[in-house]
Amino acid sequence: MTTSSLAAQPIASPHAHGGNSVTSTMFRVQMALVPATLYGFWLFGWPSFFLWLLTILSCLGFEALSLKLMGVTRIKRTLFDGSALLTGWLLAMTLPPWAPWWVAIVGGFIAIVIGKQVFGGVGQNVFNPAMVARVALLVSFPLPLTQWIMPLPLNTVAAPDFIHGLQIFLGNQAMPDAMASASLLGHTKTELARGIDLLHSLSGEHGALFSLIGTRAGSLGESASLLILAGGLYLLASGIITWHTPVAVLAGLAIPAAIGHAVDPAHYLSVSSHLLSGAAMLGAFFIATDYVTSPNTGRGQIVFGLGIGFMTWVIRTYGGYPEGMAFAVLLMNALTPVIDRFVKPRILGRDRKGKPLDIPESKGA
Amino acid sequence: MGFMNLFKTILRGEWGVHPADHKRPAADQSLRKLPLPPRLHLMLSQHVGAAARPTVLVGQRVKKGELIAAAQGNISAPLHAPTSGIISAVGEITAPHSSGLPAMAISIDVDGEDAWCELSPAAEPFALSPAEIAERVAAAGVVGLGGATFPSSVKLNLGRRSGIDLLLINGSECEPYLSCDDRLMRERAADIVSGIRLMLIATGAQEARVGIEDNKPEAIAAMREASARYGEVTVVPVPARYPMGSDRQLIVELSGREVPSDARAADVGVIVHNVGTAYAVHEAICLGRPMVSRILTLNGGAAGMPGNYQVPLGTLVSDLIAFTGGVKGQVAKIVMGGPMMGSVLPHTRVPVVKGTSGILLLDAREAAAMEPENCIRCGSCVKACPMGLLPLEMSARIRNDDLDGAVDIGLTDCIACGCCAYVCPSHIPLVQYFYHAKGDLSARQRNQLRGESTKKLAQARQERLEREAREKAEAAARRKAERAAAQATAATGAVKQGETV
Repeated sequence: MTTSSLAAQPIASPHAHGGNSVTSTMFRVQMALVPATLYGFWLFGWPSFFLWLLTILSCLGFEALSLKLMGVTRIKRTLFDGSALLTGWLLAMTLPPWAPWWVAIVGGFIAIVIGKQVFGGVGQNVFNPAMVARVALLVSFPLPLTQWIMPLPLNTVAAPDFIHGLQIFLGNQAMPDAMASASLLGHTKTELARGIDLLHSLSGEHGALFSLIGTRAGSLGESASLLILAGGLYLLASGIITWHTPVAVLAGLAIPAAIGHAVDPAHYLSVSSHLLSGAAMLGAFFIATDYVTSPNTGRGQIVFGLGIGFMTWVIRTYGGYPEGMAFAVLLMNALTPVIDRFVKPRILGRDRKGKPLDIPESKGA
Repeated sequence: MGFMNLFKTILRGEWGVHPADHKRPAADQSLRKLPLPPRLHLMLSQHVGAAARPTVLVGQRVKKGELIAAAQGNISAPLHAPTSGIISAVGEITAPHSSGLPAMAISIDVDGEDAWCELSPAAEPFALSPAEIAERVAAAGVVGLGGATFPSSVKLNLGRRSGIDLLLINGSECEPYLSCDDRLMRERAADIVSGIRLMLIATGAQEARVGIEDNKPEAIAAMREASARYGEVTVVPVPARYPMGSDRQLIVELSGREVPSDARAADVGVIVHNVGTAYAVHEAICLGRPMVSRILTLNGGAAGMPGNYQVPLGTLVSDLIAFTGGVKGQVAKIVMGGPMMGSVLPHTRVPVVKGTSGILLLDAREAAAMEPENCIRCGSCVKACPMGLLPLEMSARIRNDDLDGAVDIGLTDCIACGCCAYVCPSHIPLVQYFYHAKGDLSARQRNQLRGESTKKLAQARQERLEREAREKAEAAARRKAERAAAQATAATGAVKQGETV
């Protein structure tokens, strides 16, 4: 009888699995990014597509290289678990859409090698790799990282065609001055520095409606806040993320913004401008929710998210940079181990400090 | 109180998992009785506590229900012959355990007559005193049939001594694949309720609540009907969620009480028994029948005839499979118990014991093992853990041999329910880590105890040697003094003599 001498592996229970896997999780996050990405391609044309593609390829390439150098035997499996691809995708979403090719290569190197593999690979990094790369690029190469362009939808005459787009991407073609623009946050910051208050600087191309439908200057992830939000809601509905982090990030940003705007509308941007501009939505739903670099518990994630939101507002309002999401995320990443140490779930039968509950007096003991 | 509980539920969030239950088609088949196999093997240790001591000799003829091994010590349970036959051996056979190690068992050659010995059912079961009920339950070898196999009489006595007011009956059967409790409740509800009423008397509790998961509407209806006449027994549907049947979780769900981590259920005034145990209590008291068979679920993708069977204790799993249409296709893994907490069997030549709630013949697809990957800190395990632990942190510490660190964050509170490993997207065998660490921990505690006792012995020896040396020295000094005194007297005697001379 075949069953009488089974060589069953001595593995402990459970002998069932829910079917979830790293690859499927990463795949769903990528699906959630598709609508906003496609819309971004339509708005910013071929150069943005090339940038996106090369950033991802660069991340995958550096991942493969690092794994090979470290002597990992399962390169193919690890490479296609989707984590490096997602890092590249998220990084591309935060770059100026017409950034030159070397930004993608350098970004991929910083994200994967410095941001992730030196810590020991997937699951080991302290900081969000995409944000490490974004901040390093911004600080090292401020000029190409702050050159935003006005959207030129693919169906318009001025939009560059495939070849022209490739030339722009490879840096052979100077960006026409007429297309250059500033993002809303950059624009208001410059104008405030020049002594022009928000009541005057916020008009025309920086109206609220443009933020909503995304036809404005910004990164792929900034342009269409509504599509990013839709993707984020899909992640919530499919259980990939919980409400704690995104709600806390948006609340941490919206509450001080509301107070500031109520006190002095000429110097403090409104809640809607804050929430719909920059990387607020992308950060809240896709960046801050990164499993590896955020706290494990719901309550910890609320602390973490509020911190990110508040620091983003502080940097945007008082800091030297127009956008502070990436800085805020990195700062709170550094605090994640501390949050995890202090915010723990209560163990059943113990109090919050880990002491066993008291035995009720009335019962024998 | 109600509001506080609701608040607590919201604060604690959703614990546990909702595994695919795979209970059908086995749950839809009515109970069937397994024919008698040619030979039965009764493990002497099939309960928590000391192994039973054989009271029969090889070659002796026994009747069904006759005592073949007596309980030893306070926590133990006796064994009875599951059918009539001749004792053929008392020796080692492979234990139903994943280790595949042998243990002592009594083997019986079945004679096929299945003749009961003389039974002594209670004439008026509900007039018995609590002590008498517990005594009869102990004599019948009833143990907890939910899987823990703790001797039931000990728990009944404990309940009476610690003044419990609420008896909880566990009919939740939250493990996937298993439906033996479900079938029992559907078909023998009246007997279960009778057992519950006897347990109420034995424990001194005023009220009994039967918790049944809401995915078993037929069982809920049957139990409600059977208990309608008895106000002290209520049936409470509980949400279907694994591990609802774990005692601490069920106690919170049914009574709103939380058992302190260093205390027992009885300390908060409740005690939990399984529905199967209640049925066994009824059989023991009202029919005088000791525990000689149990109902188990045979299930899994490779099971020929999935269903629930009343199986004589000691039946070999291979006989069970042979009687139920063999296997379908290829068996990849044999599990005793449920898929979440059961253990892998080394092969099928192991006997059914009192704690065997199911035998699962898993096919290759069901038993597929995924290669573990790095933890991505997704926190799924934290959300799933019904105890509020941090499985990912615990496993990280155990991997780094930081046993104390793992204990600090709650390793000893882990109930090994398997929720964490079930949801882990990286397929990390978390429960394996915890078993390993708990094993290390108890080894360390044993070593510590051994070290302490060695130290104590060494100290005692040192003291003894010192004492002996001291006594020797004192004795020597005494002798010397005596000698000196004797010489002195001799000398003075001589002087005196000299004087006289």
